[in-house]
Amino acid sequence: MSSFVYTRSELTRTFRNYRFFVFSLGFPLALYFLIAGPNRHEDILGIPLPLYFMTGMMAFGTMIAVVSSGGRIAAERQLGWNRQLRITPLRAPAYLSAKVLSGYAMAASSILLIGLAGTIVGVRLTVGEWATLVVLILIGLIPFAGMGIAIGHLVSVDSLGPLMGGLTSILALLGGAWGPIATSGALHTVSEAMPSYWLVQAGKTAIGGSVWPLTGWLVIAAWSVAMAALAAWAYRRDTGKA
Amino acid sequence: MAPDGPAPGIWLRGLTRSFGTVHAVKGIDLTVAPGEIVALLGPNGAGKSTTIDLLLGLGEPDGGTVAIFGQPPRAAIDAGAVGAMLQTGGLIRELSVRELLVVMASLYPAPLGVDEVLALTGIEELADRRTDALSGGETQRVRFAIAIISDPQLLVLDEPTVAMDVSARHGFWEAMRSFASRGKTVLFATHYLEEADAWADRIVLMARGSIVADGPTGEIKAMVGSRTIRATLPGADLAALEQLPGVHAVERHGQTVLLTCADSDAALRALLAAEPGACDIEVTAAGLEAAFLELTADPTSAVPA
Repeated sequence: MSSFVYTRSELTRTFRNYRFFVFSLGFPLALYFLIAGPNRHEDILGIPLPLYFMTGMMAFGTMIAVVSSGGRIAAERQLGWNRQLRITPLRAPAYLSAKVLSGYAMAASSILLIGLAGTIVGVRLTVGEWATLVVLILIGLIPFAGMGIAIGHLVSVDSLGPLMGGLTSILALLGGAWGPIATSGALHTVSEAMPSYWLVQAGKTAIGGSVWPLTGWLVIAAWSVAMAALAAWAYRRDTGKA
Repeated sequence: MAPDGPAPGIWLRGLTRSFGTVHAVKGIDLTVAPGEIVALLGPNGAGKSTTIDLLLGLGEPDGGTVAIFGQPPRAAIDAGAVGAMLQTGGLIRELSVRELLVVMASLYPAPLGVDEVLALTGIEELADRRTDALSGGETQRVRFAIAIISDPQLLVLDEPTVAMDVSARHGFWEAMRSFASRGKTVLFATHYLEEADAWADRIVLMARGSIVADGPTGEIKAMVGSRTIRATLPGADLAALEQLPGVHAVERHGQTVLLTCADSDAALRALLAAEPGACDIEVTAAGLEAAFLELTADPTSAVPA
């Protein structure tokens, strides 16, 4: 009687879902080769373009992976599967952490593949810099895990696709995943307040093994707390109904 | 407080639940002994599903108590003592039927073996099929397999045969009976009198959020199972027809007579013997809805002791 087998089955299901691969892996990977390939000798904001877009695409792909894993709760709710699970000994924390874990597993695959693509295009980082980059992205994904769970409990399956597509695109755009949107002024301030911005920045800051400045940690922490609260509220609102 | 002695399989006392201004369940008392097979019979909107949700802890009652083998629903579920097929529900995708059953079994302390459950529910041939490649009836069979995987002492089925054709229905109920023969307690909701009559020992009749009758299957069937015989019979003697065995009331519409019968078989035999000229004979079951309206409207048709 443990949730190990359940969690393992969630991973199996995630990796059998081809749509997941297309959006979270295939799409950012293709975009990366298209943008960084022809411009591999350029610089952007003082760092090599292949590195900037590698982290940009990692941010984009991992965001989609983690948010859509939580979003799949909406489909299971519609099926009545959540009610079925509520009459088993499985508890909500085990259910939700399996969703977060499969999102992270997909995110890890995205990091691995896009990292490989970066290396092919010409990104050169030390082991320490790679490690820092990966750890910063994994931490920066925490708010998105909460966002996914909240969306999964709040929206219907019909509105799930457009909402997630729109939301991750706006966050990727504002965070500079497809190129910096502003280097100063109000738009830059907005950009800096986005958790996605710090995912994208993970590449730049990791050079020399350094981590985010205080602002980055505060933004990620604030979004994490807000999204966790939203997820908890959405969960209770959903399951409070008989 | 639950009664002394061996704990009943289901023990509901003073159960109430409202949704806004709708009183879905209005004070239900129900005791089901271990090993009983009970049908919860009633038309749509009678409160059957709400009662089942409250029984399973899927909703909190506004008032009243629920005990399953003397325990609150959550504790009984954790012990694997309860299995249920809810009224609506699909299966998660990207898994085979066998993989899904392995996962569900892993959640319980002492589950049945997956192969045993496949055999019991007659779905061995579906084991390697993906869950999204099943028909509606096959999905219901797999959901039944999930309901019994914990080897539950209490099996709760909420209108389980809705998506099934006639032969699938029969196969399903045979599987239910074979599982129940292991000494299990079963509560199933249905709005088909025939299903309740064929597969339950006892019928609990619900209408408008209350239990309106509760008794052995034959007794309840006699109360609600009235049939109408319609025949063309010019110049019929209504007074004589009313005296035929099994006939409850008689009406005439032109050349047609309508006999409302408590026992339509006896009435039909007597009718043919007494009136060989009767033709165009039709026997129809009165809708449950009509029977319930009659029952709930008439204060003399009280719950049998």
